[in-house]
Amino acid sequence: MAQNREFFYRRLHSLLGVIPVGLFLTQHLVVNHFATRGADAFNKAAAFMEQLPFRYFLEIFVIFLPLLFHAIYGLYIAFTAQNNVSRYGYFRNWMFMLQRLTGIITLIFVVWHVWETRVQAAFGAEVNYDMMANIVANPFMLAFYIVGIVSAVFHFANGLWSFFVSWGITVTPRSQQISTYVTMGIFVALSIVGIRAILAFV
Amino acid sequence: MSENKTIRIIVTRQDRPDTAPYEEEFVIPYRPNMNIISALMEIRRNPVNAKGEKTTPVAWEMNCLEEVCGACSMVINGKPRQSCTALVDQLEQPIRLEPMRTFPVIRDLQVDRSRMFDSLKKVKAWIPIDGTYDLGPGPRMPERKRQWAYELSKCMTCGVCLEACPNVNSKSNFIGPAPLSQVRLFNAHPTGAMHKAERLEAIMGDGGLANCGNSQNCVQSCPKGIPLTTSIAALNRAATIQMFRNFFGSDEV
Repeated sequence: MAQNREFFYRRLHSLLGVIPVGLFLTQHLVVNHFATRGADAFNKAAAFMEQLPFRYFLEIFVIFLPLLFHAIYGLYIAFTAQNNVSRYGYFRNWMFMLQRLTGIITLIFVVWHVWETRVQAAFGAEVNYDMMANIVANPFMLAFYIVGIVSAVFHFANGLWSFFVSWGITVTPRSQQISTYVTMGIFVALSIVGIRAILAFV
Repeated sequence: MSENKTIRIIVTRQDRPDTAPYEEEFVIPYRPNMNIISALMEIRRNPVNAKGEKTTPVAWEMNCLEEVCGACSMVINGKPRQSCTALVDQLEQPIRLEPMRTFPVIRDLQVDRSRMFDSLKKVKAWIPIDGTYDLGPGPRMPERKRQWAYELSKCMTCGVCLEACPNVNSKSNFIGPAPLSQVRLFNAHPTGAMHKAERLEAIMGDGGLANCGNSQNCVQSCPKGIPLTTSIAALNRAATIQMFRNFFGSDEV
């Protein structure tokens, strides 16, 4: 059984990155976008998410466990690579390096973000518009959040590109090229959603 | 003044597999149409470095001298390639020669590519045709497919793709693009396809197909222009199907 484990873990890593982690990221940014319609709209949307039935089940199996596996195995993958963009400055090699870099930035950001919001909520803090407004009132934290959001979105969009290759969906160079355009389009679009949302708390 | 023209070459040398590498500079007389092999032969003829000190000749490997054997691969001005087709007139000077350090260095520019040949054995990169009786002719291969497969068969196990790959290093056991593409070649052959699942399962093991991180340096670096990343993506699809077959079951073994 020790054989074939690596293949299974890699494929699981690739799958979990998109479903459910990538889908959750998209949903999270979209819900946050309610903040652009004012504090009340955001609070209503956040309360709706909070009151979803089977909340703990959903949190554990749709968010935390897949995210933990993806993060820990991803760290292992990132540190087994020996980046060589200075010698091979090709576009895809840059994306390879950025995928690993944004993965690590995103992990640091997500750990901090979960601590500041979900863990504090478990200790009794109320997650609402004011909580976020207090956090991003600090310009350093606002910058950290923007870097974190852009990293996460890039990691998702470019990860989607790799997902299509890893599962054998995009095989020809042409399909991989088009896939680059589509996934980078997703990167730009989701970045706009995410940044507009965080700026709505300022 | 062409008789006074010289070439500056900086070679990263290493005396033994376990000793530290060091750089040595050579200045050799220019001749028209030189390649790196003939420049190294010039150093061998008169092993004196740029400081005028007598030194040992530089060790390197070569065989076919026409870029089909892959033996003379080394890193030339930062890029891995064959030294037989690296023409001095087309290179910026000083020319920097280094061994492909992804592989264990034996001496100077000479490396041990055994791991590639071990990988070819691991993935069964051949077509078994032996039987206890005459098996007769195999199925025919369509001409179009033969031409397509010929491109994949140009692989000379030179090691350039492994050298360029960020995921092939001492921290990982990834077998690299070359042996993977050979699986696609032999699985495409009408007789070879009879052992398709065996080869796929070999690359679905540790250090196999899934360790590719899609940096795509291999396809940019391959001296034979083999569509390595297309091969990897095609194998990814075949492995996905094989994975479902293995788990859910199939009559196609």
